[in-house]
Amino acid sequence: MKLDINGKVREVDAAPEMPLLWVLRDVVGLTGTKFGCGMAQCGACTVHVDGKPVRACVTTAGSVATKKITTIEGLSNDGQHPVQRAWAEADVVQCGYCQSGQIMSAVALLDKNPEPTDSDIDAAMAGNICRCGTYVRVREAIHLASKLKRGGK
Amino acid sequence: MSTSRRGFLKVAAGSAAGLAISFYVPSTARAVPEQAKPLPQPNAFLRIGKDNTVTVVLAHSEMGQGIWTGLAMLIAEELEADWSKVKSTHAPAAPIYGHPAMGMQMTGGSTSTWAEFERYRQVGAMAKDMLVRAAAARWKVPATSIKVENGVLSSGKHKATFGELAEDAMKLEPPKTVKLKDPKAWKLIGKPTKRLDTPEKITGQAQFGMDVQFPGLHTAVVARPPAFGAKLGKFDASAALKVPGVVKVVSTGTGVAVVAKHFWAAKLGRDKLVIEWTPPEGGGADTNKLMAEWRTLSQKPGATVLEHGKVGDALASAKKKHDVYFEFPYLAHAPMEPLNCTVKIDGDKCEIWTGTQFQTMDQMVASKILGTSPDKVTINTLFLGGGFGRRATPTSDFVAEAVIVAKAAGLPVKTVWTREDDIRGGYYRPAYVHHVQVGVDDKGMPAAWDHVVVGQSIAAGTMLEAFIVKNGIDGTSVEGLPENPYFDKNLARRITLHSPRTAIPVLWWRSVGATHIAFAMECMIDELAHAAGKDPLDYRLALLAKEPRHANVLKTCAEKAGWGTPPAVGRARGLALHESFGSIVAECVEISVENKQVRVHSVTAAVDCGTAVNPLGVEAQVQSSIAFGLTAALYGKLTLVGGQVQQSNFHDYQIVRMHEMPKVSVHIIPSKARMGGIGEPATAPIAPAVANAVFALTKQRLRTLPLRLA
Repeated sequence: MKLDINGKVREVDAAPEMPLLWVLRDVVGLTGTKFGCGMAQCGACTVHVDGKPVRACVTTAGSVATKKITTIEGLSNDGQHPVQRAWAEADVVQCGYCQSGQIMSAVALLDKNPEPTDSDIDAAMAGNICRCGTYVRVREAIHLASKLKRGGK
Repeated sequence: MSTSRRGFLKVAAGSAAGLAISFYVPSTARAVPEQAKPLPQPNAFLRIGKDNTVTVVLAHSEMGQGIWTGLAMLIAEELEADWSKVKSTHAPAAPIYGHPAMGMQMTGGSTSTWAEFERYRQVGAMAKDMLVRAAAARWKVPATSIKVENGVLSSGKHKATFGELAEDAMKLEPPKTVKLKDPKAWKLIGKPTKRLDTPEKITGQAQFGMDVQFPGLHTAVVARPPAFGAKLGKFDASAALKVPGVVKVVSTGTGVAVVAKHFWAAKLGRDKLVIEWTPPEGGGADTNKLMAEWRTLSQKPGATVLEHGKVGDALASAKKKHDVYFEFPYLAHAPMEPLNCTVKIDGDKCEIWTGTQFQTMDQMVASKILGTSPDKVTINTLFLGGGFGRRATPTSDFVAEAVIVAKAAGLPVKTVWTREDDIRGGYYRPAYVHHVQVGVDDKGMPAAWDHVVVGQSIAAGTMLEAFIVKNGIDGTSVEGLPENPYFDKNLARRITLHSPRTAIPVLWWRSVGATHIAFAMECMIDELAHAAGKDPLDYRLALLAKEPRHANVLKTCAEKAGWGTPPAVGRARGLALHESFGSIVAECVEISVENKQVRVHSVTAAVDCGTAVNPLGVEAQVQSSIAFGLTAALYGKLTLVGGQVQQSNFHDYQIVRMHEMPKVSVHIIPSKARMGGIGEPATAPIAPAVANAVFALTKQRLRTLPLRLA
């Protein structure tokens, strides 16, 4: 099976019904996408498929074989995506385990809605659990990223 | 020198592209910190590379609390390092990294910053002294003429970076004494400082235990007993072995491990196992029955924790008596990173990679299983995807199991727990019943206080029992109660404890005893205030007349929250105060109730933790603790039937999400008090603050967690 991951088409040795999460982590070796629940409840495994956020733990690899998959590793070459810069500026992370998923959800939100309100953020981010409770700073960082993006920075 | 120390130094020398240089290697590298408190061995805690990087070696695990940054700040402060060149790394497991207060190498109890405040600053000061002497010798100038600033030493026309002098400095004897900076001269300590672990955590590069990979590593998923007390009988692995990718199926003694090329195959293989489990004797634990039994038990006093005066007489002669029960369920920690542990066994040596809070214990437990000595067990601590106490088990349960699987399989193995395994795997915050009888005088102030606590001991039956259980009392079951600041020293009072045993494994859970003690105390005090017709703030302040530090925290919180001004229409406020882990936190919430569901709009927190080393980190920990405590207040509850946990994943063990997170404002009170912890103390006040606000809004006094409105 061929998968287009972070702009690179790779031949992967995996059954099409295997969840994308485990193909990414255990077959391709991209471990930035995290396992948290296995049932699309926590969002730690959020990746983009054709630019839309999906939960990789319940998405079979076969279903995305012809699509463009982006993981946290493919978001930027240097960690300087506006959302990543905003995350650093707002000092968001704690344990960090859920943060790949939080960032991928936030990027998808801002791509669709460049100037989200608090309730837009609530709706878009409610699927991403953070047990450390970084929510206050996640919200702050999304507003900041919105400014950075709109300012063309 | 032990094997692990040698291994460490080898690794140290080989890292940072061969540039890192260890400081002087003393022959006493294994000295235990408590021995007459000698100065630390700087080489074990600090490395300076030729490229000027300053690498701080952490005796504690980074699990979100920010120790990666906090301890580095302590060294950098005294060293006068260039902060942009400072990085951190986890220490290996070795006696030299023993906790200065606890002895063993561990992270927990909100202790790391205060316990290391001296040692890490001393290391920085010692290294600076060695660099200065190296520069003085090279330049042939007096040491006193040398200035050190931002990673550069200078004297007149001479100038050199740390990296240029590190090799000379490492050859010098460490100083016998050092003088630490006057707090007034601090440049980093006390300044909001951004985390050092951000770059790797926002790019997916951070390595958690779950992310360990190397050629030949297999993944195991283990079938564990479905109920506490159930025993493994016969099993049939033939279908599991047919799953493509499954390599082996082995017994762990208590369960069955499916070892495969990757997680997914191991998980599918486990689904195909046919296992006969012997059900628990006596039918297994049932939480409804346990709580009913414990309510009955709480009507009689237990083992005496504290007795002052004649509480029975004082209750009988009181003007009015309050007689109430508080109830708390079992709770899972549910860190975002499910438990996992990687083990590679090589002859009598064993290497472990995991996120752990208890390195020394893990080393001991692993060595016992393998019949080797602890120094043959290398522990590589990876980032913890949350700990909250779950990765500090006196049995090292998740490490022990991985060692057993790797040994049985004869392969390097990473055990991975599913979320269901994690929620159902035990080691919970114990359930508790409190029975509280308070007699009040004619002004409504407490005149008698009889408090019975019922709940399992965390330490009983573990290796830590001897250290924690004194005179039959597990201090963690009642911490914060006997010394509660609301108790006047003359108050007739009695505190007793029942510690029933069950088959349910229990453990410390972020803020431990405070999770229930603070709720019972703060809700009780609030109830007494309302019964006396007094403002809850004024009533508390009257009781805290001799506790100025507590009163100050409470007053600051109330003032910042606008206590006394009307809240928004349809909303009410609630207050709570609690001291734990040496820090005092007050929280004031503003809530509304919609469809019987509590919504917390804002939390105002005031904190006195002594010196706040990194105020930005303190603020983060208060926000974090509030979220953690709010989950327990609104949702947290595990129930068991037949010894089996009924919840399994985040759909039925809910966690507060973005749309439920209140606005949080944190006020750090400038304080010269002895430094306390900050990872936990803000957890406990949130639930009682919310319950007290619910009463203010609805007149419903909720005494059971999670909060459920009628």
